Amino acid sequence: MTLSIPSIHYLAILPVLILFGGAVVLLGVTALVRGALRTSIATGITLLAAVAAFVSAFFQWADLDAHGPSTTIAHAIVLDGFSVVASAVVAVSLAMATLVAHDWFHREGVRGAEYHILALATAAGAVLMTQANDFIVIFLGLETLSIGLYVLVAFDRRRATSSEAALKYFLLGGFASALFIYGAALIYGATGSTNLTTVSYFLGANVVLRPGLLYAGGALVLVGFAFKVAAVPFHQWSPDVYEGAPTPVTGYMAAIVKVGAFAALVRVLVSALGSQLTTWRPLLWGLVALTTLVGAALAIVQRNAKRMLAYSSINHAGFILLGVWAASARGSAAALFYLATYAPVVVATFAVVTIVGGPGDERHTIDSYRGLARRQPWLGAALGVLLLSQLGAPLTSGFFAKYAVLAAAVDGGGGPLALVALLGAAIAAFFYLRWTIVLYADSPEGATSVPVPRATAIAIGAGVALTLVFGVWPGPLAALAQHATVLFTS
Amino acid sequence: MNVPAAWYLVLAAVLFGIGTFGLLTRRSALIMFMCLELLLNAVNLTFVTFARTLRDIGGQAAVFFVMVVAAAEVTVGLGIVVTVFRRRSSTSVDELSEMKG
Repeated sequence: MTLSIPSIHYLAILPVLILFGGAVVLLGVTALVRGALRTSIATGITLLAAVAAFVSAFFQWADLDAHGPSTTIAHAIVLDGFSVVASAVVAVSLAMATLVAHDWFHREGVRGAEYHILALATAAGAVLMTQANDFIVIFLGLETLSIGLYVLVAFDRRRATSSEAALKYFLLGGFASALFIYGAALIYGATGSTNLTTVSYFLGANVVLRPGLLYAGGALVLVGFAFKVAAVPFHQWSPDVYEGAPTPVTGYMAAIVKVGAFAALVRVLVSALGSQLTTWRPLLWGLVALTTLVGAALAIVQRNAKRMLAYSSINHAGFILLGVWAASARGSAAALFYLATYAPVVVATFAVVTIVGGPGDERHTIDSYRGLARRQPWLGAALGVLLLSQLGAPLTSGFFAKYAVLAAAVDGGGGPLALVALLGAAIAAFFYLRWTIVLYADSPEGATSVPVPRATAIAIGAGVALTLVFGVWPGPLAALAQHATVLFTS
Repeated sequence: MNVPAAWYLVLAAVLFGIGTFGLLTRRSALIMFMCLELLLNAVNLTFVTFARTLRDIGGQAAVFFVMVVAAAEVTVGLGIVVTVFRRRSSTSVDELSEMKG
């Protein structure tokens, strides 16, 4: 019996190799040095890996230009524009979040490289999800991403809320993964393959006479993803986890989970189950409407900045789902554009929240922000810009992101749904503006300035710069997202 | 005696149902863990059954991945339960109520 090894296109899996390799190197280094590894070395290696992964995206893009999209490792991994741009977004989020975490470590007196190792591994999982062309590979990416994040959420051992949040996240995340993989098993039974391309071919060439298995499988997969991206009504875990997790982790998690999960969701729904459009679209319609409206409405009543941002991120998930709902090349490009603009903004927003939270990571009420812009004009203005970008104000990238998904939805025949989403955005505008007004209110007596460490300042600056540059001049990124179409069939 | 494949699928579905029910109703984190494992094993049974009926090795290979992931998950999960337990001397999730809103 011969064992045939599938051919491997190493360039296609280079970002995963770099990120995971970085984690392994870091693990080796920590084992070799005496005592705890200095944080700056761990940060340096992590940043190096993130930059290398980002640079490798350029080589992948050049390869795409020359040869077009391709699949490798027995068609389980795909290299297309979509995956390249999404991996680059993951790399940028990782780099920014690492800078924020670096200062957090110094402030809280935490030592060691565990955080960085796990961050690198989770980033590798997210990149793997963006490239996965097989249900099993999606599952592996999802679990690499999630298992690392469970530990990262529990990282702050002094606060009881941190481990509580981790337990909640673990139980619901594990449940979501089980639903997803059960759905994948049923789809495998209905179509005879776990490969997305094969599933797509099968469904395109055959009429499924008894589609019960397929529908049940598709629904379970959808619910699994809905849990992961915190779409209403599967969102209950998210505010608690966002609040309990160490703040730099919250920002990182908000960014890369969304990128990974949505990239995989687009592939599953639009590419593999594209022929079943009429079946899953109504379900997604309900999810989008609920997620945008409930996310925004519940954000208004929150007094805790982290919980408020959690509900805000639920609202954003609704908008990205809207791009998926459009089920077109345009819709996928819009969802990708939304992710690319949202990820740096949310990491930078949580960077500001990290600084304001102060030692112990405790001061997170909205009142801690009162007069922030009067005391520290730069920090206040940066947070103002980031909030306005999440609101979708013109001259920020958030505006074009919202416009792109709405236009794609209207294009796909979803006028009423786009209106519902707009209503959600209008409700959300209320609490973003309220927060911004609090920033510029009179500073209360005895309020002190918070120190702004250098690395965090760089991360915040990068987030603000990205949102303003792409807000004024969205052409390049939009064009990139347009070209970064999903490989529908191969 | 030949057991029809459908019975295995029904058994897997019942196991998955029991796991889901337990996960949603039980209050002990450890029991919830066991329910999670039950869910993943129901998935494994489904994969194996389909692999057999479809005469395709892919489903059986998938089972190995699911088993590895289940093992990794339970390791991390137990670690988290231990950290919670150290603080509270209880594994009941009802007491995890520091955060509300």
